Amino acid sequence: MLELIDTYWLYFLVGQYPQGPLGGLVLTILLSGAALVLAMPLGLLLGVARVSPYRAISLPVAGLVQVVRAVPLLLVLFWVYFFLPAVTGVKTSQATTMLMVLVVFDSVYLAEIVAAGMRALPKGQLESARSLGLGYGAALRHVVLPQTLRHGLPSIVNQLVSTIKATSLGYIIGLSEVSFIATQINTLVFTQAVEVYLILALTYFILCFGLSRLAFLLERRLQRPTAHLVQAS
Amino acid sequence: MIVLDKVNKYYGDYHALVDITERVENNEVLVVCGPSGSGKSTLIRTLNRLEEIDSGKIEIDGRDIHARGLDVNALRAGIGFVFQSFNLFPHLTVLENCTLAPVKLGRATKLEARDYAMQLLERVGLAHKRDAYPNALSGGQQQRVAIARALAMRPPIMLFDEPTSALDPEMVGEVLQVMRGLAGEGMTMVCVTHEMGFARDVADRVWFMAEGKILEQATPQEFFANPRHPRAQQFLADRRRD
Repeated sequence: MLELIDTYWLYFLVGQYPQGPLGGLVLTILLSGAALVLAMPLGLLLGVARVSPYRAISLPVAGLVQVVRAVPLLLVLFWVYFFLPAVTGVKTSQATTMLMVLVVFDSVYLAEIVAAGMRALPKGQLESARSLGLGYGAALRHVVLPQTLRHGLPSIVNQLVSTIKATSLGYIIGLSEVSFIATQINTLVFTQAVEVYLILALTYFILCFGLSRLAFLLERRLQRPTAHLVQAS
Repeated sequence: MIVLDKVNKYYGDYHALVDITERVENNEVLVVCGPSGSGKSTLIRTLNRLEEIDSGKIEIDGRDIHARGLDVNALRAGIGFVFQSFNLFPHLTVLENCTLAPVKLGRATKLEARDYAMQLLERVGLAHKRDAYPNALSGGQQQRVAIARALAMRPPIMLFDEPTSALDPEMVGEVLQVMRGLAGEGMTMVCVTHEMGFARDVADRVWFMAEGKILEQATPQEFFANPRHPRAQQFLADRRRD
């Protein structure tokens, strides 16, 4: 196993880079990170739109959420990669395709987290902010959303962990992320499938578990000033 | 001055406010009382448009508060509102609760807002809690902070929606104390409350409401000594029995 790692660690880490496109673990991390960075503001926007008092705004978002939730990510990946270029005539790379699909899925799921958090917040929070003279936007920004995001942090991290794992679906369209690379290595070595896929599994575990722990620490640091429950009693 | 003219409000088929026509003078302390479900809270919440009305007119200082083009945020900034459930912002400290609105609305610089908020906290006896978060405070303390937060906008009118109803009995006094102080300074106040002692001592006038109507309006002396409406007599008799 050590020999395996010794031979292929660089390939595992970055794929064929710099001879070929960047791949491997670095691509997986970059894709997940970029997806979340892009999806976060979008999800925030969609979440706020989802609970908008104006049906003209909330209904289309509700529709989008229902559709995206009911379709497997893999299927959308197929569509975007094979079907979309046929229609638009523009061929997108595997990485771009994956990123687009991840952003759509992430923003929709994040929107649901944000919307759920906003609905769960006691109505009096928005009311008291508004009665001080703050507009709807300012009340959301300074009073509602900071609390929503704080309470939603575990779910948001959950979503990020899902995103990291979802990048492995890129394998299907030949995206050279870490699972794809592991399969390549397995083909080259041929006799050490257990070891190769064990290392792959460990890699995902370390990444996702590490992230969860980080979030846990962050959550504990934020814990102090919350507990709106006490206030309601 | 607040003028209500034939104000009606419905929740579906339920007629929550029925032809309310009354006025509140400047510097007046008004207590609104009545059995639960009588429309007191609904009424006070229409005054800063937390509730909309279905017909009639409400004027504050000569301005129709439902006029087209009226800036509802500016209206609310000039009317302090104190809730039964305090509704402090739990993610902000006591001081930040009091400075958020004045700073974000450009009424004061950060420094001015802090200075004034500290004066107000001093006044409600909670300056030493400036850096505490609301969940570390007792109910009575939270409500006093909520009053300071409302005062931080320097509103000429304060509305109180059952400010002591969510409090343990031993904390009622400290909140009423603050309200008495405000009344003594000539603040225009509309208070929905069951605290009849407060009404008797501090109010200039009492409105008695039931079933969405103001059935009686009188000075507290008249109201407590000699209630005219049978519903008011019943209400006061029930109160005395408690």
